[in-house]
Amino acid sequence: MVQLLSPEGEYGVPKEWAEYGKYIDRLTEADFLKFYRDMARMRRFDREAEALQRQGQLGLWVPAIGQEAAQIGSGYGVGHNDHIFPSYREHGVAITHGIDLMSILKMLRGVNHGGWDPVETRFHLYAIVLGSQVLHATGYAMGVKMDGKVGNGDLENDLAVISYFGDGATAEGDVSESFLFAAINNSPLVFFCQNNQWAISSSVASQTKVPLFQRGEGFGVPGIRIDGNDVLASYAATAKHMDDAREGAGPYMIEALTYRIGAHTTSDDPTKYRDSAEVEYWKARDPLIRFETFLRRQGIGQDFFDEVAEAGEKLSTEIREATFALPQPPTENMFKYVYSEPHPLIDEQLDWLKRYEAGFGEAGHA
Amino acid sequence: MSNFVELSIAKAINAGLRKAMQEDEKVILFGEDVAQLGGVFRVTEGIHAEFGDSRIFNSPIAESGIVGTAIGLAMRGYRPVAEIQFDGFIFPAFNQITTQLAKMQNRSEGFTPMPVVIRVPYGGGIGAVEHHSESPEAYFAHTAGLRVITPSNPNDAYWMIQQAIKSNDPVMFFEPKKRYWQKGPVNLDEPPMGPHQARVLQEGAQVTIATYGPMTAVALQAAEIAASEGTSIEVIDLRSLSPIDFDTIINSVKKTGRLIVASEASTFVSISSEIAARVAEKAFYHLEAPVLRVGGFDVPYPAAKLEEVFLPDADRILEAVDRVLSY
Repeated sequence: MVQLLSPEGEYGVPKEWAEYGKYIDRLTEADFLKFYRDMARMRRFDREAEALQRQGQLGLWVPAIGQEAAQIGSGYGVGHNDHIFPSYREHGVAITHGIDLMSILKMLRGVNHGGWDPVETRFHLYAIVLGSQVLHATGYAMGVKMDGKVGNGDLENDLAVISYFGDGATAEGDVSESFLFAAINNSPLVFFCQNNQWAISSSVASQTKVPLFQRGEGFGVPGIRIDGNDVLASYAATAKHMDDAREGAGPYMIEALTYRIGAHTTSDDPTKYRDSAEVEYWKARDPLIRFETFLRRQGIGQDFFDEVAEAGEKLSTEIREATFALPQPPTENMFKYVYSEPHPLIDEQLDWLKRYEAGFGEAGHA
Repeated sequence: MSNFVELSIAKAINAGLRKAMQEDEKVILFGEDVAQLGGVFRVTEGIHAEFGDSRIFNSPIAESGIVGTAIGLAMRGYRPVAEIQFDGFIFPAFNQITTQLAKMQNRSEGFTPMPVVIRVPYGGGIGAVEHHSESPEAYFAHTAGLRVITPSNPNDAYWMIQQAIKSNDPVMFFEPKKRYWQKGPVNLDEPPMGPHQARVLQEGAQVTIATYGPMTAVALQAAEIAASEGTSIEVIDLRSLSPIDFDTIINSVKKTGRLIVASEASTFVSISSEIAARVAEKAFYHLEAPVLRVGGFDVPYPAAKLEEVFLPDADRILEAVDRVLSY
């Protein structure tokens, strides 16, 4: 398992992982601070969203607490041309790619099903059907190669694709088909599996006989396991394997071993299926504490952590206010985007609905 | 003067695909055995020789993967045309088609159009084994976000495949496999009409038969027999199953007062059912008789020795003609 930062916050690069260490050598203090800031931002966002759900302001929340190192590290390892195909828990990766966090809350409040621009942001929409997005990433990566945007040694123009999915999704046929299609096409694709050890109530042990990072091997997709609670390992592994993919090495799988501290969603009750001792074990391995210890050893002072805490307060207030202010979506939105060109059935039904609604007059209907 | 050639439906689709590929380099073809072999029905024969590996390639035998990667390629700016080898093999891809392909444009609020065509040889009558003779079109017509069209003759086949490829919405393109070798004139210069318009194939006064795809020839045959017995039948080729051109059907029913909808598909919850409901709603006072559906029975598609009993023939349509005229 690739680990560059021990659970005690000790940095060290074993000889066998020297290739990964090189990526950390290039980072500056400003990068480290950015990583920490965004990990803290991700956690604060998560806590606030969960509170909003509990207060009835969101229909559902999908917590990612415990996965901050895996996501922020990996997100920053993705290059500025690369494309990202997330699952539905990648709030941290979204943060690293400038997605307006309110777009995520909009979905979970029920304003829309997504609706950010995946071309402009290169961060594609959340996918709720497990594993479906991995095939889209595979097709996209096939297209990148057909466009000749791989292996030119031109980091400004070459690009690679990364798809995020969880341990649960590895059971889906779409993920296996993705391994196959990516391997035979030698596609520039990194499969990033966050093994948070629980697929709702099914433990990872009940879902696989071989370690997940070996899952792609029979298809021709080599893999590696990293410590998913080590932000530096996650950054270095993603950056290196995206570089390799961009240079034409073909697909690769990264399994980030982490832990889902929270519930699967706010509808879940993990006390029914897992021991609190297990949760406590992982809470003690909190990725934020680990990285904070490292930063303090690097000489980062209390001022910085105070500033981060203050930014968190500000974020919470902003998010609460913005959530309360989210407008009811216009009824037309239900019809507007079904087709890109006019469709008589849709036009007819929208027209009927408008007349029906108008029939109630100013008061509206019950 | 228009430039006409005589082609089979298979060759007309082939010619339409080539034309689309010549006009737009983003059009790519893939599916099982479509490259050197030209597909199991040879519809894509010769295209690999002309366009090479970069434009047409074989996919692994993984239908979900075929459609899922088509979605990703469309996101990258390609216009993929994916072939599903047989109707009965489309179900492994059902999830990608209905939850992803159909919904991507809506989910993204218009940021991600899906110019993908899924070609599906469908229908029976070829003496095949199980899963090679089905009519799954209703599943897709029921799914918002998809367009569903089916040609019944070479000229439509040539033009409708090109129109499907030009569409920015996903199109399910159902090819009547039993009719692949049916020949007819193709006008290479001008499309006959838009892809979602129905066509009155034959005018008549007493009964309307609305049909599509492989049943169109059977309906025409029934109309001919009826005419010899003094009954005047109007035959409509729907061409599009989503959206359906109800105006053409309703205008015809206003004239004839009687409607039969004929297809190979099982009738329960079918395209025919939808048309019957619509016509009852929109042309109630014009109807002289209930709308009748003629189709396959509500059983799994039978073994080949029984398919002639399962599939409606001209006599089964004529039996329905007698019934609507008895009111």
